[in-house]
Amino acid sequence: MSDERRDATVPGAPRRRTALLAFERFYRSSEAGTLAAVVLLMVLLTFANNQFLTRDNLIFTARSFSFIAIAAMGACFVIIVGGIDLSVGSVMGLAGVVAAFLSSHGYGTIPSVVGALLVGTVSGLLNGLLIAKGGLAPFIVTLGTLSIFRSFVYIVTGGFPMQGFGPSLLWLGQGFFIGIPMPVWIMVVFWILLTFVLRRMRLGWYAYSIGGNEEAARLSGLPVDRVKVLVYVIAGLMGAIGGLLLVARLGVGESTAGLGYELNVIAAAVIGGVSLKGGQGSAFSAVLGAALIGVLNNGLVLLGVGEYLQQLVIGAVIILAVSIDRIRAKNFA
Amino acid sequence: MAHLDALSALSVHHLTKKYSGVTVLDRVDLSVRPGEILALLGENGAGKSTLMKILSGIHRPDDGRIEFFGREIELRGPKQAQALGINIIHQELNIVANRTVAQNIFLGREPPATWLPAWSGWIDIARMNADAQGLLREVGLASLAPSARCAELSTAQQQLVEIARAISTESKIILMDEPTSSLSAAQVESLFQLMRRLRSGGLGVILTTHRIEEAFEIADRIVILRDGKLVADRPAKETRPQEVIQWMVGRPVGQLFPERSSAPHKDLLQVNGLSGGKVREVSFAVRRGEVFGLGGLMGSGRTEVARLLFGADRAERGDIVLNGRKARIASPEDAVALGVGFVPEDRKLQALILDLAVRQNMVLASLRSFSRGGVIRRKAIERSVGAYVRDLNVQLRSASQHVRFLSGGNQQKVVLAKWLMLSPRILILDEPTRGIDVGAKAEIYALIDRLASTGIAIVMISSELPELLGMSDRVGVMSEGRLVGVLDRREATPETVMRLASMGKAALEGGAR
Repeated sequence: MSDERRDATVPGAPRRRTALLAFERFYRSSEAGTLAAVVLLMVLLTFANNQFLTRDNLIFTARSFSFIAIAAMGACFVIIVGGIDLSVGSVMGLAGVVAAFLSSHGYGTIPSVVGALLVGTVSGLLNGLLIAKGGLAPFIVTLGTLSIFRSFVYIVTGGFPMQGFGPSLLWLGQGFFIGIPMPVWIMVVFWILLTFVLRRMRLGWYAYSIGGNEEAARLSGLPVDRVKVLVYVIAGLMGAIGGLLLVARLGVGESTAGLGYELNVIAAAVIGGVSLKGGQGSAFSAVLGAALIGVLNNGLVLLGVGEYLQQLVIGAVIILAVSIDRIRAKNFA
Repeated sequence: MAHLDALSALSVHHLTKKYSGVTVLDRVDLSVRPGEILALLGENGAGKSTLMKILSGIHRPDDGRIEFFGREIELRGPKQAQALGINIIHQELNIVANRTVAQNIFLGREPPATWLPAWSGWIDIARMNADAQGLLREVGLASLAPSARCAELSTAQQQLVEIARAISTESKIILMDEPTSSLSAAQVESLFQLMRRLRSGGLGVILTTHRIEEAFEIADRIVILRDGKLVADRPAKETRPQEVIQWMVGRPVGQLFPERSSAPHKDLLQVNGLSGGKVREVSFAVRRGEVFGLGGLMGSGRTEVARLLFGADRAERGDIVLNGRKARIASPEDAVALGVGFVPEDRKLQALILDLAVRQNMVLASLRSFSRGGVIRRKAIERSVGAYVRDLNVQLRSASQHVRFLSGGNQQKVVLAKWLMLSPRILILDEPTRGIDVGAKAEIYALIDRLASTGIAIVMISSELPELLGMSDRVGVMSEGRLVGVLDRREATPETVMRLASMGKAALEGGAR
């Protein structure tokens, strides 16, 4: 937990070195490497292409990765408690098409949004109960629900794209507020919210403890199962919000919405420095990971690199990020 | 000595081993002859396991010589020891459960098919099974099919499979670490028959055991370690069990323990007929302000009693009465809500989140009282953590330091602080000073005494007799899952505790009580 490395209580800790220590602590944190990579990449792209550092390009790049970032913050929470959620892409799709269905059938924006959030809650509850109460492996459960939820997406859409959303739903995905796209605002709000939950709320502290050592957490009297269920529900909700915004941005609810997004979402968390072993990670790292993928995609497009090679670069970056993290962990151990 | 060495199969001279400055084995001399069974006895921590591990090549000594049939050797690893003919059978068996008996016996030495070049890796399964059948007959498992999966075997059978593996490699020496700890009386008897057969075949055997009467039954010679030193090496026939106990425990109980000051009041915790897992019908009561010691050998069910009390395992039967009211404890969460704290025996695996800060570990059990509406009250936590760090004299750089980087003693203080922050009514301590240096031990003893004097009821499990006797107001002794006796302070001596604890199943069934 990055903020918990700060000196505070113990008498005799030299105050004047606080700033230096704070820097060192950030330098050692798992977010620092990703942030450095994002900044470096942006500098390189600025020199390589004069269209990169324009207001429009930056804003649209941010919007393009905000959907992933929102879902990745939820995924990060799950990974912190030592789990994994492979079903997130299908949850995104199902929430998106349910909202699209409601909106295109004349329901208002609020019922549509509530419908999407309900999808997130129920799917998260199902995952969480099977894992925490049923004692099944998260990987297997969410691999199963990945398929089940996708099936519901096909049932809802009937295979046909749904269009004709209400204007305020479209605004959530396509609109702007003070010159910044709405999905980016929503990402920032959840970034702040989730950071608060993880650092300042009991739920967050319990999550880090359970991911760090589940047996010790249980033997300390923590409500391990309830926390896990709640975390999967949060992940479901975050996925649903990401999916809702994605569909609202596109203006179409298709059966392929969010297809394969689970890999991008988990990749964002991992690239951001969240350890799959559990017990560590932050909302910031998920956003950074998504940003790195987003900027990289944007840069490759600007540089005229074909779509086929983009996948290769993303894959290489995942492996690179994790190996840098390992080396870093060794050096500071 | 020289003529004796010529006769011995394996001997060590002045063997010394230190772990981070602590001498675990101190100039030990020992030898075993072909066709001899040697019993290695000693309390927990006396150095038995270390000695066995050195003899089997797992650890290397810091000083001293090892001779094998009169020739000085250097054991560089377990592989080399096996090549020489020294095999060890660990207490925790080394069996790949999903493979067959034959595959386990010949693991890594599978017979190659003769009609193909060796590099092809083709295994002659028929020959492997036939050879395995012969070996199984030798160890008395003739009825077992070589193609049976080991997972389906009993512990005793798995152990015999390991012995079959050992004799298949033309063993000269077999080391057995607590071979009888999980066997029934009948299984022990058949194991001993096998050991006698192996002995008459010229094999040398060294075994460790907690059960003194077994040593007398099987061994030709009895060797006793205490605090890493060899204190006795006697023919079994010329020794009495009483002497052995005295050699094992015969050290003065120093000023490590505080003058116990508590004046116990009425019962706070009552346990009636608690059963579950290996625990059978355990009943006892602990008074407010009392330290109730729970002794017994490893595997006697002490830890299991603690886990049942804390709700970590499900009890099948029995009541727990807390402060006169029947308590429903189905999970650790329930126990904590009732004010029961539990310091488990393995602090790294069961008590601490090593990669979280000291602060978070300390408030883990009491976080509810440090939050309002789910939001953490950081100032309150800082104050409380700071107070406990000072009070328990925890040595650390800052409360943000990860627990991983603290010493064992300081880690244990963090675990204790975690429970003290809950203001518990009952504290269960399982081996509270395991792996802790003497200075921190004394501090923890003083703390336990202080806690008892504030009215907390304490149940303390310990494998160290001096600790058990030095700290407890009363001592309950476990054997084979049962509480076989409760001794008060005057009655509890190393001898009485050891006698109760090493009562085997046979003695229990024979109505020794």
